[in-house]
Amino acid sequence: MKITGAQALIKSLCDHGTKMIFGIPGGVMLPIYDALYDCTDLEHMLMRHEQGAAHAADAYARASGKVGVCFATSGPGATNLVTGIANAYMDSIPIIAVTAQVRTTALGKDAFQEADITGITLPITKHNYLVKDARDIPQVVAEAFHIASTGRPGPVLIDVPADISFSQVEYQPVNKVELRSYKPTVAGHPLQIKKAAKAIVAAERPVLYAGGGVISSGASKELVDLSERTHILVATTLLGKGSIPETHPHALGMLGMHGTAYANYAVAHCDLLIAVGARFDDRVTGKLDAFARKAKVVHIDVDPAEIGKTVHVDIPIVGDCKHVLSELLKCVEPREETEWNRQVTQWKAEYPLHYPNDGGLYPQFVIEQIWEATNGEAIIATDVGQHQMWSAQFYKCTFPRQFISSGGLGTMGYGLPAAIGAQVARMDKTVFLIAGDGSLQMTIQEFAPAVAHKLPIKVAIMNNQYLGMVRQWQELFFNRRYSGVDLTAQPDFVKLADAYGAAGIRIEKPEEVRPAIEKALEINDRPTVLDFRIAREENVYPMIPAGQSIEEMMVQRPK
Amino acid sequence: MAKNVLQHTITALVENKPGVLARVSGLFARRGFNIESLAVSITDDPTVSRMTIVVGGDATVLEQITKQLNKLIDVIKVIDYTDMAVVERELAMIKVNAEPKNRAEIMQLVDIFRAKIIDISDRTFTIEVTGNVAKVDAIESLLDSHGIQEMVRTGRIAMMRGPRTP
Repeated sequence: MKITGAQALIKSLCDHGTKMIFGIPGGVMLPIYDALYDCTDLEHMLMRHEQGAAHAADAYARASGKVGVCFATSGPGATNLVTGIANAYMDSIPIIAVTAQVRTTALGKDAFQEADITGITLPITKHNYLVKDARDIPQVVAEAFHIASTGRPGPVLIDVPADISFSQVEYQPVNKVELRSYKPTVAGHPLQIKKAAKAIVAAERPVLYAGGGVISSGASKELVDLSERTHILVATTLLGKGSIPETHPHALGMLGMHGTAYANYAVAHCDLLIAVGARFDDRVTGKLDAFARKAKVVHIDVDPAEIGKTVHVDIPIVGDCKHVLSELLKCVEPREETEWNRQVTQWKAEYPLHYPNDGGLYPQFVIEQIWEATNGEAIIATDVGQHQMWSAQFYKCTFPRQFISSGGLGTMGYGLPAAIGAQVARMDKTVFLIAGDGSLQMTIQEFAPAVAHKLPIKVAIMNNQYLGMVRQWQELFFNRRYSGVDLTAQPDFVKLADAYGAAGIRIEKPEEVRPAIEKALEINDRPTVLDFRIAREENVYPMIPAGQSIEEMMVQRPK
Repeated sequence: MAKNVLQHTITALVENKPGVLARVSGLFARRGFNIESLAVSITDDPTVSRMTIVVGGDATVLEQITKQLNKLIDVIKVIDYTDMAVVERELAMIKVNAEPKNRAEIMQLVDIFRAKIIDISDRTFTIEVTGNVAKVDAIESLLDSHGIQEMVRTGRIAMMRGPRTP
């Protein structure tokens, strides 16, 4: 029996386990949405801006470990996805974006709502397709899933012209994909792994540096096992949060620009740095020639192009983190705690994270309270800015895929759609979005689908009526010239929540914090907005200014 | 360009599909690299195209580009020929002024370079020359004194010496 190309597309997505699609229809997308109408295996969430659709798919992937899928129509629909696709690309998140396209006969002729989206997304997708024959659809979808989810994961875009969606095809499912030009390395080289094991035994001051690759390869258990077997302490990146429970005595929290002082001291003084699924981002390393300058570097990563990209690597191991760590565990000798462990533990006691205690409403306190009230078990989505760094510092994650945040691209507006995607993926969990008043306003329209789907997400706004991180930099590096950062002209977020059909609570004093959080946790049929009016000029510390080294670290506001 | 000591010759075997060239050239453009020459054609396997890319630049950045090229889904294999024993050739067509009084001299030059005159008019010769870059550069500079009207070069193509293949 023949079906349409659009039906073949939907069928193929179902064949590969898609359960949820975030999207918005449009002109040339009509045949695909028509096919969706009949499909009972798929749920669709109508977002209010395509950027929201891409972010929701991205967070769905982060929270579930599955491939996230989003839909958009041609032209503006497709270009609106771009930020979301770039975000997924920078953080190696497997999503598939399906865009409709004008008819093949109209391609390149500036047709209504035409945009060369495969051209536009060339540098921000792992791969993309322009489907020219409906018979290719099952193959293309199978390849897209394979490419998005294997090796170093990433976004794949499939552009489907309207006439391809309308044309009739015989459906032939494709399950197995074999690409001669794409064969990611899974197994690490055994000799390199032995070398790393030897280096661990020989090291006096080793540190593990775990990134998002540990999460995406599901290597948390192996990481913790390695740390426990060798007593090596673990610093994590923003995307690596949750790869080791941050309540574990070996966990050093986040490293880098706003990392803990002790994680940064440990990295600065270590003689062996074992990077696992991390990419030596400039927000981690600061000034490159001052970064871990005494250390021999072991780098475990599935992407060979990451090895030696910014930092010289002594022992490169290309392979899947889970595979490499489990092989490493087999050959590494146990190590006992050493003087080095005691030294770092002492730093931990000497330089704890701290914030003022003067009766003001401080964001760090709010996040600690959220952590306590949720027993450290909530999935935390964040936006981008100061609140994101406070969340990374003060919400101690205990399991992988718990912390959903835009790392590489630093996309303001990620938070609300991300909370939606995470909640849909994990209906069994409390999802708390910690947002800034600036970031939230960039995708605030997504309250509508959250309310429509009765999602009980909690939205904690760290409201300082500033683009706070920019203001912090202006305070510290631009002589307090606050140019273009004042957000005092803003909606009443409590009324706004009400207008959308969500609950809203304003919190102005520390003693109001806990009751408000408890109240939000009781509301389970709609989103709750918690408008925390925090101290306006509170900064994120510690801070290593961009491009500088640990010597320039500020642990508090300079006098 | 021949004077650039940091010049690299990179060969990429790629899927013979639309858009592959844009993916490959984009990787160079994004990092501010100018491609000096690029030759693309199908190979003995019609589903595979071969690109020979000549590019100048810092070695570590080029190593990064080579790795990124390898990551492209449509790229099957990448080899940097820079320090390898290879034979390389380029073909050029040069339309040069050929006044009657200069014709003998130009024909002699063509002979010495084992080039060919492939078209002739009352005022010009069109000369075909094949060789390595240095040879093509040399004949170009000698013909320059007669006045080159037009020149086109294919860009470099290269192959490993001996029995080895990519």
